[in-house]
Amino acid sequence: MSLRVDDLTVYYRSLRGDVKAVDGASFAIGDGEIMGLAGESGCGKSSLGKSLIRMDARMRHVRGRVELDGRELPIDDDSQMNEFRFRDVSIVPQYSMSALTPTRRVGTIAEELLESRGVRFETVRPELVRRLQLVGLSQDVLARYPIELSGGMKQRTVMVLSTLLDPSLLIADEITSALDVSSQRAVGELLVEFRDRGFVKSMIVITHDLAILYQVADTILVMYAGKLAEKASAETVVHGPRHPYTQLLISSLPEVGVRFEETRLAGIPGKPPSLLSPPTGCRFRDRCPLAFAKCEEEPPFVEVGAGHQVACWKAAA
Amino acid sequence: MLRYLSRKVLIYLLTFWVAVTVDWAIPRFMPGDPIEGLLSRMHAQPSSEAALSGYYTNAFGFDVPLWKQYLNFWAALFHGDLGRSIQNFPTSVTELIMSALPYTLALLVPAILLSFWAGNKVGAMAARRKVLDNTVLPAGYVLTATPQMWLGIVLAWLFASTWAIFPVSGAYGLDVQPAWSLEFVLSFLYHWILPFSALFLVAFGGWAIGMRNLIIYELESDYSNYLAALGAPTKLVRKYAYRNALLPQVTGLALALGAVVAGAIVVEIVFSYPGLGTLTLSAIQNRDYFLIQGIFLFLITGVLIANFLIDIAYVVIDPRTRVGMQGGS
Amino acid sequence: MAARGRGAGVALGAVEATEAVSPPVATVHEPGEPTTPRVRSEFLYFALRNWKFVLGAAVVLSCLALALVGPLLTDHTPLEFTGPTDQPPSSEYWFGTTSFGQDVYAQFVYGLRAAFLVGALGGGIAWLLGAAIGFTAGYRGGWIDDVLNMLTNVVLVIPTLAILIIVAAYLEVQSYSTEAVIIGLTSWPWAARAVRSQTFSLKTREFVEVARLSGRNTRQIIATELAPNMSSYLLMMFILLFGGAILIGASLDFLGLGPSASISLGLMMNNAFLASALLLGSWWWFLPPGLGIVAIVGGLYVMNVGLDEVFNPKLREL
Repeated sequence: MSLRVDDLTVYYRSLRGDVKAVDGASFAIGDGEIMGLAGESGCGKSSLGKSLIRMDARMRHVRGRVELDGRELPIDDDSQMNEFRFRDVSIVPQYSMSALTPTRRVGTIAEELLESRGVRFETVRPELVRRLQLVGLSQDVLARYPIELSGGMKQRTVMVLSTLLDPSLLIADEITSALDVSSQRAVGELLVEFRDRGFVKSMIVITHDLAILYQVADTILVMYAGKLAEKASAETVVHGPRHPYTQLLISSLPEVGVRFEETRLAGIPGKPPSLLSPPTGCRFRDRCPLAFAKCEEEPPFVEVGAGHQVACWKAAA
Repeated sequence: MLRYLSRKVLIYLLTFWVAVTVDWAIPRFMPGDPIEGLLSRMHAQPSSEAALSGYYTNAFGFDVPLWKQYLNFWAALFHGDLGRSIQNFPTSVTELIMSALPYTLALLVPAILLSFWAGNKVGAMAARRKVLDNTVLPAGYVLTATPQMWLGIVLAWLFASTWAIFPVSGAYGLDVQPAWSLEFVLSFLYHWILPFSALFLVAFGGWAIGMRNLIIYELESDYSNYLAALGAPTKLVRKYAYRNALLPQVTGLALALGAVVAGAIVVEIVFSYPGLGTLTLSAIQNRDYFLIQGIFLFLITGVLIANFLIDIAYVVIDPRTRVGMQGGS
Repeated sequence: MAARGRGAGVALGAVEATEAVSPPVATVHEPGEPTTPRVRSEFLYFALRNWKFVLGAAVVLSCLALALVGPLLTDHTPLEFTGPTDQPPSSEYWFGTTSFGQDVYAQFVYGLRAAFLVGALGGGIAWLLGAAIGFTAGYRGGWIDDVLNMLTNVVLVIPTLAILIIVAAYLEVQSYSTEAVIIGLTSWPWAARAVRSQTFSLKTREFVEVARLSGRNTRQIIATELAPNMSSYLLMMFILLFGGAILIGASLDFLGLGPSASISLGLMMNNAFLASALLLGSWWWFLPPGLGIVAIVGGLYVMNVGLDEVFNPKLREL
């Protein structure tokens, strides 16, 4: 097992109480697996991703355990976690376009970062250049300032830099959200290629866009209101989902070639619950067409088929 | 880069033109007659009044048509002729200013540079340690809210008058002659400390606070978060933050010049320092219009040149002004 | 970025370095709850709990109170030669007397009044001018922006004191209102620049588009869409301009360029200095005016820092 997450619970502190962003998440990712992490805004997917590498000042690790390649990740201890960052766990952030400081050349940034992590730049430079060329960038990039690069170039540079030390786990946080469709596809293919070449062992790709995940991910984990809803292979999630939320999500996607003159595109009525004081029981209860009495009790995240887990009484029945 | 700098030069030339025109225009369009004002203050004998009036009319150029006055003004300017001082007649204004200038520069230049450097360093440190922050911050606010001449008075009162550690006035001792001798230099420094400190401390406060706030913002930026997420040590993150925070501070330096120059003027007065400040005061008190005008133009030119130098410095440190986007491959 | 190099660098520097300041961000909303009352009360909640804001405001308000009420507590006027010369503070003359036998306390409290007048009027004029020019240049763009920009840059570079020396040398400044107007007319450039850059970042937002599409004219858009969203920024700018005007006014008065028929804190310092109060050790004469300015301006700056924290949640300590 590459990554094991057990009952991970992370809250945000706010003046009005704790925002229960991630509540009791348990899942595992195997070696070489690309797992998509999907859900609507505010469902906790970004928080989950962040908590695996660097918690921000307002986040609080309430309980739960994370294990990477058999070693426990000290996610609540910032300085201890530093050991693992970049080498074992790495991230390609949402803000890749502005992740490079404007007043230093790209090469200098890479050099100073690597040297500060105890890696002699001279030794990795050839590999850095090789990988840059792999993603379609010439080694001139290293001599340039970030302002001289286009958004796409910066994103690819950040992808290369973040994976330079061959981390076991890469978290790609909404890296396609700001891109047009063809760029999205290109970036998606790059991610797969990085995994295929062994630059990265396993990956968590966080996005709200299921279409990209279908292309890129092996498995998809769907979150709703801080809780895990369903996890299965990408194929299963898209073509045979068992959780009502996933089903509604998939059916609300427009299909290429289908015209919507007669029927309206069905969304999911209602809004997600407040995470300050979430309702008891299943959090999707209020919007779920299949809700019944038992839903007042929180459904556990159980296996309903090979490699297929769902948190729903109806689905598990 | 060239476009950026040439735009700036254009504005400075325009400003210079505006300043000169304003300088020329004000005495001619202000209510009241400056010559009459002068004469009444001089309590001249009626017999000599006519002659004096004639002289001043000629000196101001009131006896020729307006447009000619304007052109003559510019012509004189290019010859470095700013007229003759009224109170120190017949010494030329240019001569008076030139003899006072070195003293003002000796105060201004170190005060500006050192306060900028020290203030930024301390401000950056304060953003790091809570203890330092809690002392630097209030001190900085008090300092930057302090009128420079008052600080000068307080320093003079404490360190020169009450505890006779430093001299209370002058740029050098009465027993020393200006020369490149050790004796002079020591006496000069001895007299220089207090007025310098008055300017330095006030400016220092402003820079320290500004930098502290900027560092805090920079530490929240995307590049800071990225570096931290990849495990970069705080030292590296702070180094980048400092480097980026310097940019707006340098821009601010250009804006601060006016305030520092104003401060230097009043502080010099407090210490009877023989620079442009005391010259200005006596010019104002004696309604020496030519001297006032000359000092004004000098200040403007000095500030414009300083602004330009700062612009050049900014181009050096901010790569964004030097290069544009090269585009994708 | 820094207003006249001081003050603004202090608190606005950081604000200007980022994008437009966004209004306080509430965390997750309860569905269905109105947002406006919450935003307002959230402001008050944070403002009153921010010790910097409270401390600064307290200091400034006490000075204001002293300025308003102080003169009523004494029957001496500031300029009359009422008593023995060079007296240290006593029960009759609370702040002592000057070398001319004038009551320093009376001078001080009337001087405070002049300071507030100059600050409010001078700062206010600079604020209005700066905001008007900044909004117009930022929103309209194009050649209007270029022209206003040129104007702003020219006035910006010229040292304020230099202009004021020239003007005041020829024009006998009779009242503090006149002085305030002159100060206001020369200190607006950095405010205009700041407002302009904020307007730039705001005008591309959707709500401005919508307002424009629904037919509002420029003035309406500025008043109803742009200004309210920058209200925190505008408030902080006013505070800095207020403080700055007081400082410039003090320098002017110290040079003897202010009104001579009344009293101000700067003029007090001028008189004290010329009468060699320094050498005589008459600290009661020259210390209070400076302390008064430090208190008012310092209080304003600290208030501003508090406001910055209130408006920008990132700076708040949890």
